Amino acid sequence: MPHQPGASYFADLEPLLEQVSKPIQYVGGELNSTVKDWHVGGHAANGDDLTVRWALMYPDAYEVGLPNQGTQILYEVINECDNALAERTYSVWPDMEALLREHDLPQVTVDAHRAVGDFDVFGLSFSTELGYTNMLTALDLAGIPLHAADRDESHPLVVAGGHAAFNPETIADFIDMAIIGDGEQAVLGVTDLIAAWKAEGRPGGRTEILARLAATGGVYVPAFFDVDYLPDGRIQRVSPNRGGVPWRTSKHTVTDLDEWPYPKTPLVPLAETVHERMSVEIFRGCTRGCRFCQAGMITRPVRERSITGIGEMVEAGLAASGFEEVGLLSLSSADHSEIAEMTKGLADRYEGTNTGLSLPSTRVDAFNIDLANELTRNGRRSGLTFAPEGGSERIRKVINKMVTEEDLINTVAAAYGAGWRQVKLYFMCGLPTETDEDVLQIADLAKRVIETGRQVSGRRDIRCTVSIGGFVPKPHTPFQWAAQLGAEETDARLAKLRDAIRSDKRYGSSIGFRYHDGEPGVVEGLLSRGDRRVGRVIEEVWRDGGRFDGWSEHFSYERWMAAAERGLAGTGVDVAWYTTREREQSEVLPWDHIDSGLDKDWLWEDWQEALAGGEVEDCRWTPCFDCGVCPQMGTSIEIGPTGKTLLPLSVVGGGPRPGLEA
Amino acid sequence: MGRQRTPEGPPPAPAVQKLRIRYAKRGRLRFSSTRDFSRALERALRRAGVPMAYSAGFHPHPKISYANGAQTGAASEAEYFEISTTVRVDPDKVRAALDAALPDGLDIVEVVEAQPGALADRLQASTWRVEFRTEEPGVVAAAVEALMSAERAEVTRTFKSGPKTFDVRAAVLSADVSGATDPVYAIMHMVVRHTTPAVRPDDVLTALRAVAHFEPLTPPLVTRLSQGPWDDARARVADPLAADEAVAGT
Repeated sequence: MPHQPGASYFADLEPLLEQVSKPIQYVGGELNSTVKDWHVGGHAANGDDLTVRWALMYPDAYEVGLPNQGTQILYEVINECDNALAERTYSVWPDMEALLREHDLPQVTVDAHRAVGDFDVFGLSFSTELGYTNMLTALDLAGIPLHAADRDESHPLVVAGGHAAFNPETIADFIDMAIIGDGEQAVLGVTDLIAAWKAEGRPGGRTEILARLAATGGVYVPAFFDVDYLPDGRIQRVSPNRGGVPWRTSKHTVTDLDEWPYPKTPLVPLAETVHERMSVEIFRGCTRGCRFCQAGMITRPVRERSITGIGEMVEAGLAASGFEEVGLLSLSSADHSEIAEMTKGLADRYEGTNTGLSLPSTRVDAFNIDLANELTRNGRRSGLTFAPEGGSERIRKVINKMVTEEDLINTVAAAYGAGWRQVKLYFMCGLPTETDEDVLQIADLAKRVIETGRQVSGRRDIRCTVSIGGFVPKPHTPFQWAAQLGAEETDARLAKLRDAIRSDKRYGSSIGFRYHDGEPGVVEGLLSRGDRRVGRVIEEVWRDGGRFDGWSEHFSYERWMAAAERGLAGTGVDVAWYTTREREQSEVLPWDHIDSGLDKDWLWEDWQEALAGGEVEDCRWTPCFDCGVCPQMGTSIEIGPTGKTLLPLSVVGGGPRPGLEA
Repeated sequence: MGRQRTPEGPPPAPAVQKLRIRYAKRGRLRFSSTRDFSRALERALRRAGVPMAYSAGFHPHPKISYANGAQTGAASEAEYFEISTTVRVDPDKVRAALDAALPDGLDIVEVVEAQPGALADRLQASTWRVEFRTEEPGVVAAAVEALMSAERAEVTRTFKSGPKTFDVRAAVLSADVSGATDPVYAIMHMVVRHTTPAVRPDDVLTALRAVAHFEPLTPPLVTRLSQGPWDDARARVADPLAADEAVAGT
């Protein structure tokens, strides 16, 4: 029987589920998941199909992908449209991939087990570049040609989003388009354009719809741009190759977060996932100005959700999901203008319900014990985590992480004094201008933390864990011109730090040391700051079996380096050229035509300021320093305080729901 | 400073009622594991507003105990667990609220107030239905007969502690086969006594392969139909909640 578009493959899949690990990840049916009629948008009088169908993928394993907020938001926003539907798909593990190939079955969604190839749009959200090989697996299993140039009318439009899409050039061969920035409003705009094009009978085919999307200035279509190179391998220029395509593609910015209270009904998986909680994004953007931080730079300006909006989302989300922990997400959650009122109000509301609150990202200088106590009042007291990022005062000035050693010591002293036993500290290695000395000061800092903790707590059993990884320079940051530290140098510096921590018997056993090898960082660096020539490397790696590069048990540095040798042959450039080479001001960077709002001249000035050890304040509390985003994007800072408070509720979980009593 | 930390606030409210609950694992949710179910259940109890009793300490847990769950991949009409509440509740209302709060395919079948006696002691045997969608009934029947006429049928399975070899035959109290030839379809019904280690349906399949070289083309669909006290006199598996129901009904 020929395959009907939109038909379920579950019956074919079911026997395979007996043979794979964790089969629950493939069956769908999660609480709050949605399956819509394949023809929910109906047909035109002439029979034309009017439904716009999105297959959304987070290109990692289900356990990592399901909790992803971006994917959940888009899934819900699209499914609220009368004429559209969205289903989810995740990367299948190698055991399932082998079985799908053996039985000639496609990549399917988890919701209705429909073939990804049957959808109109295949959207992938890339939080990190290490998902690129997984995209190729999914395309191949879906029966979609790997190269955009080889696709025809029968194939979905392949679109990339997420933070990694701010440099879509390394995957330019494989995607039809990229949407930069906030996705919730943008997907609706794209849906409308596709719906209109389908209603017209799909005039001009694939090229026409891509041209209409590109003409908005908010959708980047790599095929509509040519890249010319200089003899030395640098980019000469990137220019549109057809009329009606703007030279630069702008990021999307949602201005009022209270208008977008998603996810309203969080997905509740049966399978175990990496974040077992519901999340509410309390603000988006960050202007602390840490120079290494791509997320902070590309999500400007700061837009807060109101305290009352947050209260409503928590109430509705807990009622819909039954989660026992609420994560108050943002890039630096304690910076919300009403964080104290919010945490106290929520802790009061959920008193006695065993509902925990967590702030996954907290700055040392914004943290205080009152806040910490509110967070643990109804839930569990886990360790405290802070990210000084740099070991020495000097390097913290270079990265503009304006946290002094005294801030840190005072904060941990208060924490140990209030009964915490465990503090985790995050650092980076390989920051611009860094020397061994800067990194070795991490050991001194950790020892001072332990010494202080022992004094204030009067106990010996307190602990501090130092976690450190290699710094990877990212596009759209002041460090986009910087030389990355090589893998060997990174490892050597980390080894010296490890020895310095372990050498002192008085502290060694109280300080844990966790580090990431330098090698994966080099591959991440290649993919982050690469250009279109790197696409061949990704494809070579994938053809050689590369999958799940974010997982140390699957990642192979040797495979990547060998693939780079083959893929970059004849270009005159190599991995070192992309990673450990410092760029000059005049160099055309591969992502210059992607407009994050940041003024390139301002980024360069801030890079020079970094080299001079100069600091920049936060524009929420001091005057604007002209990063360029607000005027370029027509946006402004949206912060409180609103002066409102959270009133008590009669909440679920606090007692028997009326009607259950005997 | 320096004192041993103790949880702040009052001790948790005491449990005043224990409920015994039977649920079914149906359709695609047969692929949920016992751990998957416990996560889903804890969240469903919160959504349903069931006034759960919690353990004391820094990491309070709702008081739930699970009994003898079916393996991942097996469907079931008869899985059991118990919960304790801090307020007396109506079992029928809890059944409806909890069923509504769980995903389709994890279905609450029956809720009764627990009477004295441990539930685990009553779960002595299970009836299983094993559906072969690609096998002739005669072939399956012959294999089953070979197994039932054997003295012993040892299989080896790997446990967390390492491989273990144990007899399957003695645990299989009865087995019979029915089905059709067009389309080809065979159903085996069997009663398996709960032993240590537990003999699972896949162990029986392993034994059928060893004893009769029987290897189905596709994996069969396995469903637990019931579990409970083994009634020797009537040679059947009885209802483990019958004793609780009898008291509730008086």
